[in-house]
Amino acid sequence: MFIIKNKKIFLLISIFLVVASVVIISLFGLKIGIDFKGGALTEVSYPDGRPEISILKDATKDLSLGEITFQPSGTNDYIVKSKDLTDPEHTTLLQALSAKGTLKIEEKNFNSIGPSVGKELKKKSMFSIFFVILAVILFIAYAFRKVSKPISSWKYGPIAIIALLHDITIPIGVMGMLGHFAGAEVDTLFVVALLTILGISVADTIVVFDRIRENLRLKISSDFHETVGRSIDQTFTRSINTSLTVIFVLLSLFFFGPESTRNFALIMTIGLFFGTYSSIFLASPLLVYAYEIQEKMQAKKGNKKNKK
Amino acid sequence: MWKKRIIAIFILVLGFGVSFFIYKSEPQLSGIIPNTPGSFLSKFPFKLGLDLSGGTHLVYRADVSQIKSAEISDSMSSLRDVIERRVNLFGVSEPTVQVEEGGITSVGEHRLIVDLPNVTDVQKAVVMIGQTPLLEFKTERPAGKEKDDLIKKLEEAKKLAEQGITVSSVEDPYFVQTPLTGRYLDKAILEFDQNTGEAKVGLKFNAEGAKLFEQITKDNIGKMVAIYLDGSPISTPNVREAISGGEAQISGNFTPTEAKQLVGRLNSGALPVPIELISTQTIGPSLGAKAIQDGIKAALVGLIVIAIFLILWYRLPGLLAVIALSIYICLILMLFKLIPVTLTAAGIAGFIISIGVAVDANVLIFERIKEELRTGKTIADAIKAGFSRAWFSIRDSNTSSIITAIILFWFGTSLIKGFALTFGMGVLVSMLSAIIITRLFLFSLNISKNTKFNNFLFGSGFHFTKKENNITADGHVE
Repeated sequence: MFIIKNKKIFLLISIFLVVASVVIISLFGLKIGIDFKGGALTEVSYPDGRPEISILKDATKDLSLGEITFQPSGTNDYIVKSKDLTDPEHTTLLQALSAKGTLKIEEKNFNSIGPSVGKELKKKSMFSIFFVILAVILFIAYAFRKVSKPISSWKYGPIAIIALLHDITIPIGVMGMLGHFAGAEVDTLFVVALLTILGISVADTIVVFDRIRENLRLKISSDFHETVGRSIDQTFTRSINTSLTVIFVLLSLFFFGPESTRNFALIMTIGLFFGTYSSIFLASPLLVYAYEIQEKMQAKKGNKKNKK
Repeated sequence: MWKKRIIAIFILVLGFGVSFFIYKSEPQLSGIIPNTPGSFLSKFPFKLGLDLSGGTHLVYRADVSQIKSAEISDSMSSLRDVIERRVNLFGVSEPTVQVEEGGITSVGEHRLIVDLPNVTDVQKAVVMIGQTPLLEFKTERPAGKEKDDLIKKLEEAKKLAEQGITVSSVEDPYFVQTPLTGRYLDKAILEFDQNTGEAKVGLKFNAEGAKLFEQITKDNIGKMVAIYLDGSPISTPNVREAISGGEAQISGNFTPTEAKQLVGRLNSGALPVPIELISTQTIGPSLGAKAIQDGIKAALVGLIVIAIFLILWYRLPGLLAVIALSIYICLILMLFKLIPVTLTAAGIAGFIISIGVAVDANVLIFERIKEELRTGKTIADAIKAGFSRAWFSIRDSNTSSIITAIILFWFGTSLIKGFALTFGMGVLVSMLSAIIITRLFLFSLNISKNTKFNNFLFGSGFHFTKKENNITADGHVE
């Protein structure tokens, strides 16, 4: 019951986080990675210690390869970002990076994506996002197809969707921060993370709503607030525990896993955390608000009728 | 009861068997060298994606503008065959060459994707593929204004080039493209001139090529027909008469070795379609090896944390769930080997996440069992009711994950597909193993009496709902 009694506070926390995320995204924007916009990423290691960035900038400034940025990585590495490179351009760049062979270099990773490939990835991502959202909406519609009282069944769906928007807005906001302060870029894995969050967290919300409906049918209490409160209590441990196990592995992936999936694990952890939060602390309180509004409207109608 | 116990023991033995198979089929663990003849187990290594094994991923755009749209798909598949042969000639282990057809999500390009494991020298790789000769037949451009203009242009370009200014290539003023290319080549043969002993390359066209060749020679009697290889003319014979039968000869002052090489290259396939490299990715072997190590470490740490959590929180059922989870991991790893699933860093992430999702079904069941216990049921009844009632929640909570995985697989690139496949398979297999195996173990233990000790075994961490009947003793999870 604690959650329903203090629903205002939890709702405010959610609103604050979502607003903050939206502000961050509109202020900083998102850094789009080469997956989507095309470009090249060359990771080179200097076994004898890496030179200053300014030296490399001087060495590469006459190459007419457009803007080149250098980002230190690890102890001896640089990640060099540029426009997409053809094979001869790639060779020229490597030559310049080794200061015409005077510095020992080792290329660890080279990735050049042409603009048309990036365009296609963008298109594919859009399609997946569209279809996952569509599938989620259909899934919600299916799960709530049975009518129940006292709150009309169609209201569960939009509330579940509001909760989902909350679950993915916050990770996007975090990504905006990461992009601004740590140079993290939006890549295909980021899109995958968001969609997986959608898939896992919609189930969480539905489980709580399912229990509410079951309890409404069993009439465990005449009071709607009480029914919702007790439903949350009943599902609380399992909601937390099912998410906790996934968060355990995600954190393990974040701390010990491969470099390439580190941001992915972080974004998924944040998304799942807020996904669980929203199914307990946001969706159900919203349901109670929806009920209160519905009651008020009915009371008004009733008053009008009485006056007549 | 005994039947259940026997099945439970059988599953345990199976689990050990599978894990032994996995252990033995990994050369690094068992010491079996891959490709040892006769070793059955070494045929099933994990298939590693390029980002883990190191290697080169190349994307080419095929220029199909010269090809009739009805023939594009044929040309593309023969392009794939040609490149595959070319790559195989160089002894790369398990290369993959795929054609990407334009679908609804594509931007209307025809692409060729080449994956070369363990080749980390991009230049070498690009040269390897580029060496496939592009054979073209051209006819003389008729004299006239067009020709003069082109000659002028070419001269201007030459002057600019001398001054160090690069200009885009100018169309060849002397010769015009014909439809006859290496696409229509049946085979090439090394021949020697009977009189001079000069090495020559004999060409044999297929039926369609023969017709084209006959037409071209018929139209150009007394003129030159130029044979271009990789964009430059190698031979410009004069046509004396129309040639039917589809055989031609290139005599380009070859040394015997040169001619032999050219024959080999032509036979491995002339490129039916010109290609252009648009994307490259190279992953050094050290990076991939580290990613594998890190992935295994993350999986192990995640597994251990989950095991500790399950045993501390759910006690006896938790312990059984950990055993079921271990069997699940063996099963899925075996599936990865047998299918085989290409493992990438993202794929390993999907697998690791599926370990966490796998336990969800167990959590749902155990929580339900506890609820049933609170209503005063015996342990045996509570277990039964717990399994049957939790099923709907398990189904619902896994459905959306599986749907997401399917959609990601459908639209994804290889990177996303790797994740979607391991994640989707993991969720599905884990759901079944969590339900079936844990259930079997629980029943085979045959705990039915609600003694204080048994109640402790089925109790859990804290509870958030205060209940009068003190069946679940409060424990502490540290």
